[in-house]
Amino acid sequence: METKDMSLGPLANAGLSAEERELFADARPVPYEPYPVAVVEKFVNWVRANSLWLLAFGTGCGAVELNPLMTARYDAYRFGFQPRPTPRQASVFMIGGYASVKTLKRIIRSYEQMQGPKFVICLGICPVNGGMYWDSYNTVNQFDLYIPVDLYITGCMPRPEVLLAGIMELKKKIKEGRADGHNRYIENLDWYKANQKRVIKNWDMPDYSW
Amino acid sequence: MEYWLTKIVYFLFTLAIVTVYGLLLGETIARTMAKVQGRIGIPYWQPFLDIIKNLGKRTAVSHGVMFYLGPVFRIAGGIGTLAFIPVLYDSELFANFNFAGDLMLAIYFVFFGQLGMALGAGESGHPYSAIGVGRGLGQMTAYEVPFALAIIAIVIQYDTLSINEIVAAQQGGIGHWTLFTNPLATAAAMLAFLGMTAYPPFDVFIAPNEIPIGPPTEYHSSYLSLMATNRAIFTGAKLILFMDLFFGGATGLIEMIVKTWAIYMFAVVVGASFPRFRVDQSVRFFLRIPTWIGLASIAFVQIFLLT
Repeated sequence: METKDMSLGPLANAGLSAEERELFADARPVPYEPYPVAVVEKFVNWVRANSLWLLAFGTGCGAVELNPLMTARYDAYRFGFQPRPTPRQASVFMIGGYASVKTLKRIIRSYEQMQGPKFVICLGICPVNGGMYWDSYNTVNQFDLYIPVDLYITGCMPRPEVLLAGIMELKKKIKEGRADGHNRYIENLDWYKANQKRVIKNWDMPDYSW
Repeated sequence: MEYWLTKIVYFLFTLAIVTVYGLLLGETIARTMAKVQGRIGIPYWQPFLDIIKNLGKRTAVSHGVMFYLGPVFRIAGGIGTLAFIPVLYDSELFANFNFAGDLMLAIYFVFFGQLGMALGAGESGHPYSAIGVGRGLGQMTAYEVPFALAIIAIVIQYDTLSINEIVAAQQGGIGHWTLFTNPLATAAAMLAFLGMTAYPPFDVFIAPNEIPIGPPTEYHSSYLSLMATNRAIFTGAKLILFMDLFFGGATGLIEMIVKTWAIYMFAVVVGASFPRFRVDQSVRFFLRIPTWIGLASIAFVQIFLLT
């Protein structure tokens, strides 16, 4: 994959003050390459699909469906799906419903701190077209403009069985190697950043949260 | 030269067995707890998949040299603890590098890994890591007191610092186990063992099910897989140490598996039954009853066993 972003130079970090700018990295992220041997990449994709660690960050109403998902009746643990409290260790980010602008700022920071191949699942109809809050001053209507999404699960709210079906779809996508939201984000970083800065007016954080 | 090469190969073989056993033991316990809760639980191969997945992460963020060395110190502590404990009594293959004073070295290595982790977690700069490390080290210092007293009691009782000789003295039937010849020392050490396994009521410093998870907060990718591997090795080494010191050792792999599983289930059953202590409560607990039991065990040895 071409690292065409490197030619555009380091990040501006214009939202930070002069003293703070020295404390944060201004290097652009680089998209990762798959393993050179195809069978190794296929095996590691299978492992990634069977060991999905969810970031325990309930961004909206969808968080209420995650608790039944983990407990006895629907039991997502048997699919290798477990919640982790820190974005450093998580590989799946579940956007649970609407994304208000305030939450979007935190979603961006958490998403950028996640490592390696990472996947985003959007719950509900709100990230697709705004849903119930389509005319609100406070929420975003199309989530895909701000963070790359790998899977949408519509509903308001989708039941845990639907969530499980969606997780199976995501696993299939990962095993086929088509879930590349991480690389898509890095390759189109300027476009995503422009969209994010258009809605988030008080951008007092670094341009990329390493 | 050939002797040492053979011993190193045997040790690597033992290390592989103990690693796999530690991972499967943790997974079996998780599945058992899940069945108690009415779930199916994680698959058998899940711990291995988690380690491979973390190794297969394509990015990693480092916070400096000490951050990188934290997991290295931890796994050095884990492998070091295992290296000097004879896993099976009277077995050439599983003897490891045991020598005359290895009990002291094993206790040192138990503490060493946590210190390295503290440095690494401090370097990560995350406030939750610092809180967790402070709590963890405070609790560890507290439970080391009854543990050391129990060790002193059995060292006086058996008049040796070599784990192999302690195991040898316990052969010849179940009545010879330290559990029955010196029950006070066993009680003090098993109470300290509850602190070591970080199950409730002493798990506040890793605080599972809550947002801050203590020292490993900033660790990810290969660092986390190193620490997960170390958890298996270290748990196995501690269980084998306790089995050798207090429960008669093992002469076969099946016996070792059964005994270490039973010792671990003791901690799990206590963990499932009790809520969590705060750190000051757990420090106060360890410095009271288990310490008194430890002191009483030394007096017991002096009065009843040596006269």
